[in-house]
Amino acid sequence: MTTTATRPASRTREPQTRQTPAGPRRQTGRHLMLAGIALLWLVPLLWAMYTSLRPYSDTAKHGYLSWPHSLSLGNFTDAWQQSGMPHFFWNSVLITVPSVLGTLLFSAAVAFFVTRFDFRWNIVLLMLFTAGNLLPAQVLITPLYRLYLLVPLPQWMSDSLLLYNSAWGIIAIHIAYQCGFCTFVLSNYMKTIPREISEAALVDGAPVWRQFFQIILPLCRPAFAALATLESIWIYNDFFWPLALIETGDKRPITSALANLQGQYFTNPNLIAAGALMTAIPTLLVYFALQRQFISGLTIGSGKG
Amino acid sequence: MSSAPVTPVTPKRSRARRLGPGDRLFLTVVIGIPLAALLFFVWLPALASLGLSFTTWDGIDLADIHWTGLDNYQQIFTNYPPFWPAVRHNVIWLLFTALLPTPFGIFLAYQLDRKIRFTRIYQTAIFLPMVLSLAVVGFIWEIIYNPDTGLLNGILNAAGSGHHIDWLGNPDLNLWAVLVASGWRHTGYIMILYLAGLKGFDPALKEAAALDGANGRQTFLRVVFPALKPVNIIILVVTVMESLRAFDIVYVLGGGVGSKPGMELLSLLITDNIIGESSHIGYGSALAVVLLLVSLAAIGTFLVQTVRKEDQ
Repeated sequence: MTTTATRPASRTREPQTRQTPAGPRRQTGRHLMLAGIALLWLVPLLWAMYTSLRPYSDTAKHGYLSWPHSLSLGNFTDAWQQSGMPHFFWNSVLITVPSVLGTLLFSAAVAFFVTRFDFRWNIVLLMLFTAGNLLPAQVLITPLYRLYLLVPLPQWMSDSLLLYNSAWGIIAIHIAYQCGFCTFVLSNYMKTIPREISEAALVDGAPVWRQFFQIILPLCRPAFAALATLESIWIYNDFFWPLALIETGDKRPITSALANLQGQYFTNPNLIAAGALMTAIPTLLVYFALQRQFISGLTIGSGKG
Repeated sequence: MSSAPVTPVTPKRSRARRLGPGDRLFLTVVIGIPLAALLFFVWLPALASLGLSFTTWDGIDLADIHWTGLDNYQQIFTNYPPFWPAVRHNVIWLLFTALLPTPFGIFLAYQLDRKIRFTRIYQTAIFLPMVLSLAVVGFIWEIIYNPDTGLLNGILNAAGSGHHIDWLGNPDLNLWAVLVASGWRHTGYIMILYLAGLKGFDPALKEAAALDGANGRQTFLRVVFPALKPVNIIILVVTVMESLRAFDIVYVLGGGVGSKPGMELLSLLITDNIIGESSHIGYGSALAVVLLLVSLAAIGTFLVQTVRKEDQ
């Protein structure tokens, strides 16, 4: 790797640095700027955290912009118990996990097909999926609602006996809708996998499903990490589909259930702040767990053509 | 910059014929399920919305659907007061997002792409809002904007201004207040997308530019930015689509009851008309079709680019 001619001799620590002319002073300036921006970006969250740690009585007496007289986790335990959060979390898990897994599996299959088999309709297929993901949800909602009222489900799947008002309906629309984005990213990724790899398997007589599960899927791991992060965040956070397609508040996932809680606890912002922050914990955990692979996995989808 | 075609041209069909019955069954199942779901849950409703936009319907009894032709469209364009404000607000939303958070996100990505320390901490802090749901983002900004107890008025009062500003209630201010919250979130998204693009960028190009005596800004504008065309297109599409689809954050900050004066948006007007006490499905669908047509323009541009890349 070439190094720039202008690099000061003292900076030998990182030989591959891609820095154009910049001395240590410039570096400090950049750190100050980035740290300032990062801190500014955290202010709303830190403020929510601060509010959630203060008892309501304290803020009511001294105002929100005041030094704390006591800090406690009371709001968190109250929000957890009073609003039935464990139940709503569980609803979210029941919707998010199958939706993410289903989306990844099916979109990988479509991407595999589109990139590995030369059928005339491949591009149409790819476009159909990609464009589907870009349609605004509001455009679909009325007919979807009617459709959900018409599709029967057996008792063991849904106590409403319909796709409407059941977790299955939400999972179905998530998979149908999100497959477009994942197919797009994964097909870009799979194009970078040399064809010879699956040719060799074909010559060895491996059936297509083995090529798919044992060769292609393991090779796509970085892309899966990135997509799993994004999809978990999006699906867990989604708010619109359950609002329109689940009638019983009790069956809703936590994000749309929070909308109900807001009305209930409108007078106690401290409690709402605690509830809102707790809601964010699962997505934060997913993000931190997969952060390392996150950007490198995205690279292939968007960076290279 | 487009990479060399990875896919060699193989004789058509011959590959298909080599598939055994088991292979065909496997492919039919794993392609068939998502394709059926896509057509049934996404494209069928989209077409049905188009159909409903030419009718009048209260959304209750299917027998009450009446064909009215272009009436809904005519009404919307000429006789529906919130429509043009909504269009204006969507345009403002798009311009704001395209001119402030988007370039800022690109700028941050460019800064973070250099090998500096703490880069992951900075990235996390700025991407963090994107990890939160828009509903949670809404609650967080509610406790900042609240006229009585919010952080912003608290600071203004402490500074002795004595002003009591209702950030979310004032129709001249509330759109901008929501845009700040939305931009807070959008910046991190753009930053991550661009950062991913930069990782696939050939550093030699940048070094060549530096050797030719280009300064940082010239290198970025003349070398890096044009070379990252695929990412730029994705960012453009994301920005346009997010601006058109903007819903949750406005819904939550508006108190969860549909459009509020000053914050009308197309997505909210649709929701107003199709969910709620007196639903006007035909009307809402016509609004949805308007939104759909504008979206299709963006989708079309994007797909044309994708296909062109494919053909190379």
